[in-house]
Amino acid sequence: MSTFNLPDVGEGLTEAEIVSWKVQPGDTVAINQVFVEIETAKSLVELPSPFAGTVTELCAAEGQTLEVGQPLFVVAEAAPAPSGAAQPAPAPVRSHDTDPEPGILIDSHALVEGADAGAAPLVGSGPKADPVRRRPRLGRPPVVKAPAAKAPATATASAAPAAHSPAASGAAGAAAVVRSAGPAMASILNRVLAKPPVRKIAKELGIDLSKVRGTGGGGEVTREDLISYQAQREAEQAAAPTFWSHGEQEDRIERQPVKGVRKATAKAMVESAFTAPHVSIFVDVDASRTMEFVQRLKKSRDFEGIKVSPLLILAKAVIWAAARNPSVNASWVETENGAEIHVKHFMNLGIAAATPRGLLVPNLKNAQDLSLRELAIALNELATAAREGRTRPADMQNGTLTITNIGALGIDIGTPIINPGEVAIVAFGTIRQKPWVVSGEVIPRWITTLGGSFDHRVVDGDLSARFMADVAAIMEEPALLLD
Amino acid sequence: MTSTRQDSAAPDSAAPQGALFPNADAPGPANRDAANPDTADGEMVQLLDQDGALRADPDFSGYISDVDAQMLRGFYRDMALTRRFDQEATALQRQGQLALWVPLRGQEAAQIGSGRATRSHDYIFPTYREHGVALTRDVDFPQMLRIFRGISNGGWDPRENNFHMYTMVLAAQVPHATGYAMGIQRDQAGWDRARLEREGTAVVAYFGDGASSEGDVHESMVFASSYKSPVVFFCQNNQWAISVPTRVQSRIPLAERARGYGFPGIRVDGNDVLAVLAVTRWALERARRGEGPVLIEAFTYRMSAHTTADDPTKYRLSAEEESWAPKDPLVRLEKHLRSAGHADDAFFEQVARAGDQMAARVREEALAFPDPTLEDSFNNVYAEAHPLIAEELRWHKEYEAGFAQSPAEAGQEGAR
Repeated sequence: MSTFNLPDVGEGLTEAEIVSWKVQPGDTVAINQVFVEIETAKSLVELPSPFAGTVTELCAAEGQTLEVGQPLFVVAEAAPAPSGAAQPAPAPVRSHDTDPEPGILIDSHALVEGADAGAAPLVGSGPKADPVRRRPRLGRPPVVKAPAAKAPATATASAAPAAHSPAASGAAGAAAVVRSAGPAMASILNRVLAKPPVRKIAKELGIDLSKVRGTGGGGEVTREDLISYQAQREAEQAAAPTFWSHGEQEDRIERQPVKGVRKATAKAMVESAFTAPHVSIFVDVDASRTMEFVQRLKKSRDFEGIKVSPLLILAKAVIWAAARNPSVNASWVETENGAEIHVKHFMNLGIAAATPRGLLVPNLKNAQDLSLRELAIALNELATAAREGRTRPADMQNGTLTITNIGALGIDIGTPIINPGEVAIVAFGTIRQKPWVVSGEVIPRWITTLGGSFDHRVVDGDLSARFMADVAAIMEEPALLLD
Repeated sequence: MTSTRQDSAAPDSAAPQGALFPNADAPGPANRDAANPDTADGEMVQLLDQDGALRADPDFSGYISDVDAQMLRGFYRDMALTRRFDQEATALQRQGQLALWVPLRGQEAAQIGSGRATRSHDYIFPTYREHGVALTRDVDFPQMLRIFRGISNGGWDPRENNFHMYTMVLAAQVPHATGYAMGIQRDQAGWDRARLEREGTAVVAYFGDGASSEGDVHESMVFASSYKSPVVFFCQNNQWAISVPTRVQSRIPLAERARGYGFPGIRVDGNDVLAVLAVTRWALERARRGEGPVLIEAFTYRMSAHTTADDPTKYRLSAEEESWAPKDPLVRLEKHLRSAGHADDAFFEQVARAGDQMAARVREEALAFPDPTLEDSFNNVYAEAHPLIAEELRWHKEYEAGFAQSPAEAGQEGAR
C-alpha cells in the first residue's frame, strides 16, 4: 500500500480543498493519471498519481480542506508500468463576458474566502518548516560557546516574573510598536484610498467607501471594486423576492457547513453561556459631554489625522473603572485544587469587531499603559487590521475584558455574552439625541445606553453595579479621567 | 531540405548581412520594421509557416541550406523529447517531488533552433526555462531537475558543456554574458578574421520579454554595443511576464529597441525552428567575426503556466490560448515532415515511445538522487582551497561526529 500525502503545489501553500475526485476505490490508476482536482489559495490544480495500481482509499471527501502533508489517497501498487504523460483536462472557457480584463488579477481575497482559508498565504511567504528532529548528542561537543550553555538558566530566571503577568512581555513589544506609529501613519491607516472619480460614483450611488473591499494598490478602492460591490448589493436586493421557495420540504432547506470563524464563534458562545452564569445590567447615560470632548479632540493639534470617536472615551472609561473595581478584570480558573479567581493587574482590552470573515475579538495588550492619543491610534490600527483580515491569532489571545459596540447599526442595547476566559463585557448602544430632564426641564441631550454582562461566579450584583456606574460617570463627565 | 531549395546559395556566399546591413555600424534592419508589438502580424522572419510549408527568404534561406531530412527529424525529436520531459517534470512537481517547475511548452522551436545554431565552444547563459537549449548542449534531462528538487545550486558543471547554470534572479545572467563576451574579446585579441570565423567564440544571453524591462538588460546592451562584444541577446517573447502582457512592457516591438543601442535587432517567428536556426546562425557568425551584438526577438507563446505556482486562467482568455494552438511549433514541423515525405507514422510513434522511456528514466533517477550533505556546501565557497573554510569544515566534521549515528546507538545512549 502506498499513501500519497497532499504536497505543497505552490510556493509556501499550507492547505488545499478537495474539489473533485477523478477516481474511486477499486479503480486502476497509472502513473501521472489525474486522480483529483484540488483548489489552493492560488489556483485549481489537477494532481497526477505518483503510483500505478488499484485505488484502495480516498482519505478526504469533496469539499473538505486538507493541510499539506495529510494523506490524500492510498494505492495498492501494481508492478511498475511505463508512465504516461499527464494530460490536463480542458479548462473551462474564459471570455470577456465572464472575466475581468486579461492581465488584471482577480480579487485574491475572494479566493481565500471561498476556500475558508483563514490564514492561508496568498503568495509564497515561505513553506511551513519541517518539525525539528534532533539527534541525541554523544557527549559535549568539542567547542561549546559559553553564552549558549548559560542560556537555559537565564530563561528559567526570567520565567518567574513572567508568570506573575502572563503575556506581558510579548504585549510590551506590541505596545511599543503602537506607540511608535505617528499621526501621519494613523491618517494613512484610517483613510479609505480611492481616486476622486471613484469617490464621486460612490457618492452618487450612496455607497460608504469604507464598506467596500479595496483590491487596488495599498487597499485602494477601484472603480471595479465599486461596481462589483454595487452588483452584489443589487443582487441581494433582487434576490429578496425569490428567497421564499416552494416544492419539497427537503429542497427548501439550504444547508451551510459550519466552519472557520462561524464555528469558532459558536463554540466560544456556547462555552461562555453555559459555564458562566450571566448577570446583565443596563444604564442610560447622558453622553453629551463625551460628544463635546470628542469634538474638541478632533480639532486638537495633537490629534490631527487621528480618528477619534466616543468608543475611545468608553475604552478609557472601562480601563479607569476596572482599576477601581479590579474583580471585573479577572478570570475563573478550574485547577486540580479547586477553582481560583485570577485577577489581572493589566488590561488586554478586547474590541469585538464585525469583519468580512465574521466576528473577531482582537485585544489591545496592556491598554492601561496607553495615553488617550496612543489608545486612539491603537484602536484605529486594530479596527483596520480586522477589516482587512490582517488580525493575527496572537491578537485575539489573552484578553481580559471586552467592549462591544452594537450602536453602529442604530441598536439601543442588547445582552452581550462574555468572551470566554473573561468575566465582564460592556456593550455600547447607539448615541442619539433624546428628550432628557435636566434641572426640571426637558431638553435634547445625547443619550446612550450601556449594558454589561458579568460572570456571577466572580462578580456580584453590587460590584457590577459599581463598575457600570463608574463607566457611566466618565461618559457623563470625561473630565473625571483627570482624577 | 526539399529539392526546390537545392539551388540556394551557401550561407557564406549569400552574406545576408551585406544586404541587410550595408554598413555594419548602421543599426537596425532597415527593411524589417515590425509593426505592432502586440500582434504576430508585424514583420518577422519565417521559413516554415503554420501549415508546414516552406517559405523562401532572400536573406535567411541560405543559412539553412545544409538542413536535410535527417536534421529535420532530429529537430522534431529534440522538441518532442523536451515537451515530454516538461510534462514529466510538471507531474513530479504536482506529486511533491520538486519544489517548483518552470514549464516551457510552446517555446520548443525557439530553444532547439537557437541551441542547435551554437557551436560547442560557444558559451550559453540561460534563464531558468531553457530546458530545450540545455538538451542541445548535452545536459542530461535528470540533471535539470536537481535545482528544482532543492538538492543543488546548479545541477551540472557549466564548464563541461559551456552551458551556464540556471539563473533564478531575473535578467542577472545578461550582464554576466556581456562581461564574459568582453573577456573573450581580450582572449582573442590579435586574431585575424579567418581565425575568428573558424575558432572564435560567441556568447548567447537568453532572457524573456519580462526581463527585457530590467535595468540589467539595458546596461548589458550599452556595454556590448560600445565594445562590439561577441554576444547574441536572445529574447524569447512568450507574450506574458507572469500576468503582465508584453504590450505593457513595450510600446514598440522589443527587437526595435536594438536600434537605440546601435546594433541590429530582428524579430523571428519563435515557433518556426528553421527560422530561429537561420537567424541565430547569422547572428552568431556576425558576433564571432567581431561585428558586435545582435538582439533576436523570438516571437513565441508560453502555452503553459509561468511556473507551477502560477495559474494563467486568472489573467488570460481561452480564446487567446486557442489562437496560438495552430501555431504550435511541433504541429507545424510534423505537418512539414509528413507532407514532404520525410517521416511516417512509425517515426512519430518511435519518438513518442522514446519520450515515455526517457520520462520513466527521468522519474527513476530524480527519485533516487541522494540528499546533499552540509559538507558539500564548503566545496563551492571559493574557487580554490581557503584556510578559513578548511578550518570551518574541520569544526563541522567534529561537531557532526558528536552525534549518535543511528537510532540504536541513540537508545543505548539513553539507557546509559
